[in-house]
Amino acid sequence: MAYAAGVDVGSTQTKAVIINEDREIISHSLVDTGANVILAAESAYSTALDESDIREEEVEYIIGTGYGRYRVTFGNTQVTEISCHARGAAHMFPKTRTVLDMGGQDTKAISVSPEGEILDFCMNDKCAAGTGRFLGAASSALDIPLDKLGETALKSESDVRISTTCTVFAESEVLSWLGKGKKIEDILWGVHKSIASRSIGLMRRVGVDEQVTFTGGVAKNIGMIKALEENLGLKLNVNEESHYMGALGAALFALDHIMASRIPSSSKELQS
Amino acid sequence: MTTAPESIVGRGNRDGAALFRQWFEKITQTAEKEQNAAYVFVMGSISEILRTFDFTMVFPEINSLQTAIRRVSDEYLDEAEDQGYSPDICGYVKADVAVQLRGGEHPMGRIPKPTIGVLTNACNTYIKWAEIWERMYQTPIFTIDVPGSREAGSLNPQNESNYKNDLRYVEIQLQELISKCEEITGIKFDPDRLREVLGYSNDMSRGWKKVLELNSNRPSLFNALTDGTVYLGVANCFRGTEIGSKFFSDLVEEMEYKAAQGIGTLTDEKYRLGFVGVPCYPIFRHFNEFFTDWGGTFVNSTYLWFASGGTNHGFEYDLTNPIESLAEGILLNVRGAMDSMFYHENALIDMIDNQFVDGMVFHPIKSCRTVSTGLADSRRSLMTKRDIPSLFIESDMMDKRVVSEAQLKNRIDAFFEGLAVRKQRESITA
Repeated sequence: MAYAAGVDVGSTQTKAVIINEDREIISHSLVDTGANVILAAESAYSTALDESDIREEEVEYIIGTGYGRYRVTFGNTQVTEISCHARGAAHMFPKTRTVLDMGGQDTKAISVSPEGEILDFCMNDKCAAGTGRFLGAASSALDIPLDKLGETALKSESDVRISTTCTVFAESEVLSWLGKGKKIEDILWGVHKSIASRSIGLMRRVGVDEQVTFTGGVAKNIGMIKALEENLGLKLNVNEESHYMGALGAALFALDHIMASRIPSSSKELQS
Repeated sequence: MTTAPESIVGRGNRDGAALFRQWFEKITQTAEKEQNAAYVFVMGSISEILRTFDFTMVFPEINSLQTAIRRVSDEYLDEAEDQGYSPDICGYVKADVAVQLRGGEHPMGRIPKPTIGVLTNACNTYIKWAEIWERMYQTPIFTIDVPGSREAGSLNPQNESNYKNDLRYVEIQLQELISKCEEITGIKFDPDRLREVLGYSNDMSRGWKKVLELNSNRPSLFNALTDGTVYLGVANCFRGTEIGSKFFSDLVEEMEYKAAQGIGTLTDEKYRLGFVGVPCYPIFRHFNEFFTDWGGTFVNSTYLWFASGGTNHGFEYDLTNPIESLAEGILLNVRGAMDSMFYHENALIDMIDNQFVDGMVFHPIKSCRTVSTGLADSRRSLMTKRDIPSLFIESDMMDKRVVSEAQLKNRIDAFFEGLAVRKQRESITA
């Protein structure tokens, strides 16, 4: 049995996925990236290995992805997270035509062909509006843990319109609404809608075609899923492992490499 | 005498660099001797007339981009911004303002003050830019108003009922310019001198068109982003000169030699790319390496079209009728330059088909909205007409504060990963 791994070093979290040759995830892990990127990659990978029942030497090929992909020092090569998220999403949901990946500092919209090829992609540029960082600012201003933001927002009964899309100014706008006596859940729902609107603008630049698969760390936020679905008017593909999609895509590319390297020897055997 | 092969390959770059230094020495001398200098622009320089009056040609756009290549543009931009110029306006303008405020101090030499400023309306910023010199030095400014094409994207004059009127309109303005130059320099206009200059310009336009066409060769003979910019510099600074004429004659010879010998710009050309926009001068070579590291090279670029003032079309003047023919050349070249910025879709399709382009790179820049506005739509439109991968990346021509190398590299890498998958699929289905 062949094993391959992908390590996705993102701006806030580092993810590792190990798959077998049947393309099944056998183990994964997630750690905070922190300041030491090399250590984060090593930590995520070793944790994934520890949680599997395979030995390190059984993993034949490792691909690093994400902004820290060149810091995956034990990896064999690197592939961008754009390709990896598209690959992971198309694997998890084969009818995927549009991928929305929302991470800590990047939001990416990727258009995928029926064959799984990237047709086009678009990312936020020089501004973190519409990314996970925006939610981080709201979490800090409202003193609510990140993983509780979505469910809190869904309790909203009244709209609060967040007009700024700037992550830096979002915090002051949130505070001003608090000062006006607005409820936390209403403000938070406004924050989610604002991010959804910004992200959908990005998606429209590559074309929104069904099916849309939502990946990245923010895909765990149920409030964001609802805000996106309401705005788009369609149901998103979301998997509970969606935040591992980049690492999964990297592992799939690694497995491709392993299988491709076996083809010549198989062909030779057939010929002989 | 036959030129040794080893001295042919790379001659265009060597000679181009040497000529560029020579040109800056000339403008430095002009500044030191306080001789007449004409400030002109790359889109419609009207060099042909100005040369007959012995003006030293000064291209502020080229002076400015040189500060970025020499990695000091931020100092110049900061200085202009300290004077109140907005971070959002043209970086070339701001660097030039700082050059003027520094008394002409420039990393390549010294820039003389303008005796006259001559411009066309090919770029809306030119007009406001020239007003700065007018305010600073009371420099006489002469604007040639080139009527826009009523049939954008087509340079076929037969289809235009107003073409003759347009031609006459430009011609009258040229006659006014000649009178103005006579008044400033005290030199009487010499039609024979103009014919001589036009003849050299014809050689250069013919050569430029040929060089661009020759890059359809596989492997490509020069990189349109790097080598092409060197050739472009000579095309502008030495337009209408014997030196420029010889340079392009030599360049054609070099390209034909390389084509015959199968010598490409890359040892292993994997991807042939087209470039739309202005280069990223603050990291000029490094930016190109993001592509060449993957085996990608630029076979053509809209920059080589509009920044050569539309001379890529190879229009040649009729020397028997110099003023009228010059007016026609200006009319068609400036329209061609503007079409290369705003209506380049058909030209891009031709580029894809004729030069076997695998992918198109669109590069809008923050500080030139003239050339960048509409590129997103242009890209989308092109993608509906040709099944070709394209990349949309943003940076700047001058301001390294808005050049994010990590973001650029990430997008470029993803683009090539997509190209690789596509090539693999095509090779399987072929």
